[in-house]
Amino acid sequence: MSEQSAPGAGGAGRPSGRLLEVDDLRVEFRTQDGVAKVINGVTYHVDAGETLAVLGESGSGKSVTAQTVMGILDMPPGFVTGGQVRFHGKDMLTMSAEERRRIRGEGIAMIFQDSLSALNPVFTVGFQIAEQFRIRRGTSRAEAKKRAIEMLDQVKIPNAKGRFSNYPHQFSGGMRQRAMIAMSLALDPEVLIADEPTTALDVTVQAQIMDLLGELQRERQMGLILITHDLGVVADVADRIAVMYAGRIVEEADVYDLYAKPAHPYTLGLLDSIPRMDEKGQQLRTIKGLPPNLMNIPPGCPFNPRCPMAQPVCREKVPPLLQIGAGRASACHFAEELVNRD
Amino acid sequence: MTENILEVRDLVKHYPVTQGIVFKKTVGHVKAVDGVSFDLRAGETLGVVGESGCGKSTLSRVLMSLEKPTAGQVVYKGQDVATLSAGAMRRLRRQIQLVMQDPYTSLNPRMTVGDLIGEPFEIHPDVAPKGSRRGKVKELLDLVGLNPEHINRYPHQFSGGQRQRIGIARALALRPEIIICDEPVSALDVSIQAQVMNLLEKLQNELGLSYVFIAHDLSVVRHLSDRVAVMYLGKIVEIGTEDEIYERPTHPYTQALLSAVPVPDPTLRESKAIIRLTGDVPSPISPPSGCRFRTRCWKAQDVCAEQVPLLEVRPGSDHPSACHFAEKREIVASHPA
Repeated sequence: MSEQSAPGAGGAGRPSGRLLEVDDLRVEFRTQDGVAKVINGVTYHVDAGETLAVLGESGSGKSVTAQTVMGILDMPPGFVTGGQVRFHGKDMLTMSAEERRRIRGEGIAMIFQDSLSALNPVFTVGFQIAEQFRIRRGTSRAEAKKRAIEMLDQVKIPNAKGRFSNYPHQFSGGMRQRAMIAMSLALDPEVLIADEPTTALDVTVQAQIMDLLGELQRERQMGLILITHDLGVVADVADRIAVMYAGRIVEEADVYDLYAKPAHPYTLGLLDSIPRMDEKGQQLRTIKGLPPNLMNIPPGCPFNPRCPMAQPVCREKVPPLLQIGAGRASACHFAEELVNRD
Repeated sequence: MTENILEVRDLVKHYPVTQGIVFKKTVGHVKAVDGVSFDLRAGETLGVVGESGCGKSTLSRVLMSLEKPTAGQVVYKGQDVATLSAGAMRRLRRQIQLVMQDPYTSLNPRMTVGDLIGEPFEIHPDVAPKGSRRGKVKELLDLVGLNPEHINRYPHQFSGGQRQRIGIARALALRPEIIICDEPVSALDVSIQAQVMNLLEKLQNELGLSYVFIAHDLSVVRHLSDRVAVMYLGKIVEIGTEDEIYERPTHPYTQALLSAVPVPDPTLRESKAIIRLTGDVPSPISPPSGCRFRTRCWKAQDVCAEQVPLLEVRPGSDHPSACHFAEKREIVASHPA
């Protein structure tokens, strides 16, 4: 469904197809208390011009996956114990540090949830954007400033020229997030990873920022990986969704399929447990219990202690992520039953 | 007609802004809450929604008597709280309790769960005489769905959702009539949030509690509230039953706020029209003259800069709205549950 082979109007000269592939990635944190298996075989990909939402609750491994992709995971305590991260087919985990550095910013860029701590408080916002042009593109100071102002203008910061020399604390939360988007897009990356970009913002500002991200993505035909826990935001912007639980992808599907007929009991539970503004609900259905301790993940399916459908087989065999139809996959022994029920 | 358990009249809370270190002078005021009136009826949940900086948390602090209002009254069962004697105030504090947002910082990490939940009994020994306290705490743990045998554990041994249950148990210890919930579920994951919301509903039904439920998540507020007040820059702009606010909003700010909430249904993507607000919320130190929303409002006329719109029922509407041009507009496509 989301194989958008023709590059859009703005994406001139961009190769189409698989941009970034994460393949059976495994990461663990070795701490004094023991080994936490944070990522246990995560596979996903993003194509040019497409939005992949990675959906999960805290501790599901969605941010750690992104940090590993960007090469900003703290090592130690983090250790990559297996798998590949391929950008244009080339494994980034075995590259030299210099090669990786070239991809960062120009190939793959990232924006973070907390813009106040992601921006450096002792430099002006303009300097932090212009710096990239000077270091990576070797432009003159004046040219870098001109381009930084253009970037601020593109993310619709009013009076970009005057705002260039403001410090981060002089910006409101929404404006800071815009500045961070400007910074991440300065080197025209092919993939943008947005880690909870609107979680700290109010709803009206959230709508502005999501609009802006969508617009810039269409213009540039970027692949966008949106990491979030918000099922509402995902429904608005995603093309495909990967649902994570305990360091695994438990379901992957087209956005319409996932909301209409979830193929994993965890996804179903999540959809049932959110209050909806357009429905005066009865009592909310909940997912019982708690997510597993990553130092001691239960045998079999990691969701089995909380699953209303669990059978003996679920406690014995880890269900692999299997295709169950066009463009969708589920890691549940009973995925077929779940999708085919009424 | 149910009785009003709490009446709030023209409540104002201003914080001075000072300049200078030795010779401090007041150069202005942050008008955090600026003329707020509402009633809380016995047994109901009143939702208070608004974005950051609208004054909803200051409101909760004044309702708790943690802050003295600059002007206006909080009337509990016909008695003005400001005029109470110290002893009467102490008895009042039993009746109004608070559940806080962050379950990680609101519990003392050096106290056991038993001490945390039992601490209110030390201040109000008449509620539970010394010998009976551990038993009472165990009952409370059971009531909020925690294992009573965990009474000797410390907060770090619990997850976020469980800690919020501890916070709720502590608020319930003195058998209050009113609980002010200030963003009680916004720090929790989706699957845990539903558990805590269901618990709050269950407790209300069993104990006949009245809630003031303060939150920024409009879906959560609709789910739990009987009536809803929408705040913007220290004022209530619209108040009504949950149906009135969500299905027939008349204030432009309410309409914009509702339209911006993402609905978890991709099939509504095309049909949804988001009202886009430009700019940021003005500073509460020098709010705009007249209607405070006029700088971001698409309906603004000259009159909006001159006259402060009163919160009143206007022709063609069934609930109070503080807009000169209040008009019904359907925002949320309603699905029968």
